[in-house]
Amino acid sequence: MAESTPHLSPAEAKSTLSADWVAFRTIVIKEIRRFLRIWPQTLVPPAISMVLYFLIFGTFIGSRVGQMGGLDYMAFIVPGLIMMSVITNAYSNVASSFYSTKFQRSIETMLVAPIPNGVILAGFVAGGVARGLCVGAIVTIMAGFFVDFTIHSFALTVGMILMTAVLFSLGGFINAVFADKFDDISIIPAFVLTPLTYLGGVFYSLDLLPDFWRTVSYFNPIVYMVSSFRYGIFGVSGDVPVYLSVAAIGGFVVLFWTISLVLLNRGTGIRA
Amino acid sequence: MTTAALSIAGLKKVYADGFTALKGIDLEVKEGDFFALLGPNGAGKSTTIGIICSLVRKTEGAVKIFGIDVDKDFAAAKRLIGVVPQEFNFSIFEKVGDIVEVQAGFYGLSLREGAVNTEKYLKRLGLWDKRNAQARHLSGGMKRRLMIARALVHEPRLLILDEPTAGVDIEIRRSMWAFLEEMNQAGTTIILTTHYLEEAESLCRNIAIIDHGEIVENTSMRALLGQLTTETFVVDLAEPVAAAPEVPGFAFRQVDAQCLELDLTRGQHLNAAFAALDSAGLKVMSLRNKSNRLEQLFVSLTASEGSAETLVHG
Repeated sequence: MAESTPHLSPAEAKSTLSADWVAFRTIVIKEIRRFLRIWPQTLVPPAISMVLYFLIFGTFIGSRVGQMGGLDYMAFIVPGLIMMSVITNAYSNVASSFYSTKFQRSIETMLVAPIPNGVILAGFVAGGVARGLCVGAIVTIMAGFFVDFTIHSFALTVGMILMTAVLFSLGGFINAVFADKFDDISIIPAFVLTPLTYLGGVFYSLDLLPDFWRTVSYFNPIVYMVSSFRYGIFGVSGDVPVYLSVAAIGGFVVLFWTISLVLLNRGTGIRA
Repeated sequence: MTTAALSIAGLKKVYADGFTALKGIDLEVKEGDFFALLGPNGAGKSTTIGIICSLVRKTEGAVKIFGIDVDKDFAAAKRLIGVVPQEFNFSIFEKVGDIVEVQAGFYGLSLREGAVNTEKYLKRLGLWDKRNAQARHLSGGMKRRLMIARALVHEPRLLILDEPTAGVDIEIRRSMWAFLEEMNQAGTTIILTTHYLEEAESLCRNIAIIDHGEIVENTSMRALLGQLTTETFVVDLAEPVAAAPEVPGFAFRQVDAQCLELDLTRGQHLNAAFAALDSAGLKVMSLRNKSNRLEQLFVSLTASEGSAETLVHG
């Protein structure tokens, strides 16, 4: 209908659905192009640090540890380290990109365009997921040099890593919305994410902990992600039931998505 | 009857700190117009533009773009607008071509349409050679032109420019004026805010002056300039004089030994002033307006008792 009207501009001639899809794709490509452009900051450091983890904890110390949670120690830490790199990269990609967009005011170019807020949010989250998966793939390839493994449940492994990447991308987005200066987007990773990850069963099984600390650990969402991801790869029962992990992460994704969308609709931090 | 390109009714904005930037303004810009929205710093121009472009949330009132209420169909209304903001708002690390193409994508243009329009507008604004350069390597004038190309890539029917020539040298400014006139003649409605009143006077057919959040004047440029009752001229003399000549009907003031000022009221003619100077034995080398005519009116319409709060809200 619209295409037959001669005076319409290219933008006017689009249906809302196709325009929204193009806008989403544009944001995702822009985000991927951004983290690829600065690959020495985004892709190389996690690869180097994970190789160091594999060498030091896996090879040097791990050979003395023996078995952990029914696996060789090197194999035991692989899923947690992959998950750790996905979490930190998905989070920091969206946090730094959205904050930079605010800081440089280029967010205005999206706000003046006919893009629904849900599409803007989905675009940034997809960008974070893309970086998380990209780094996760690099770390998985690195892990292949140190340990042989096959994937027990492809669906669970991919599903868990996707849900985790989405959740932490949303977390990074919420952080960036409230950030007033660059320091504000490094506080949560430094003081919340890193401790939760290190204490989230990446390097040890919760069975090693005294009862009290094991109970405390069950309040750490990363325990659920790492445990279920490890089950997805090796098929070895983890610290928590898989269905509980999927439900908890899914619930958090819905909650964080809702919060993010409400913030965008209100224009918190971006509209006067 | 043509639809108004922009129709604003009862627009009010109160910021979170209680500052009232707009006190319920009404404004209409006709389709095809070249319209100036002027006002001193902090008067409410950028707030008005921000609300039209949905960068600022309004407190009250209605905004329609070509008859489409922005509250009811924001996507359709936004597709009709292109905006060139006052401040540079692109990533300086991105390539010039990417910045424009990405904007095309935000408006739903396919990759091919985006590429075609990017080439078209970068060429028209003299930036095609810079398409692969990072934006940080552009000069100030190029950055301004980049923002115009970006605003036009989806071919909007209403183009809003918030001080587009700020900090641009006179040659580029004039080439930008020629470009904007061409766009307007091709049918694009243009709304311009500027501090260069010469720019508004030479480009715009209609004008609104906003001050302290209210429209204090809204008329045609011709009618506004017709309100001028006095113009001040500066007269450069061939030889120095000891004092300003005493000429009946004309009040000459001496600026320095070879320069006089003259206030000419409506009904008085320059011929008579020249004749009087000639009879006094004074030879005139050159004559010019002391200030831009619109500037004189602007100052008189917006003269106020100075407000510190205007420094807070731009």
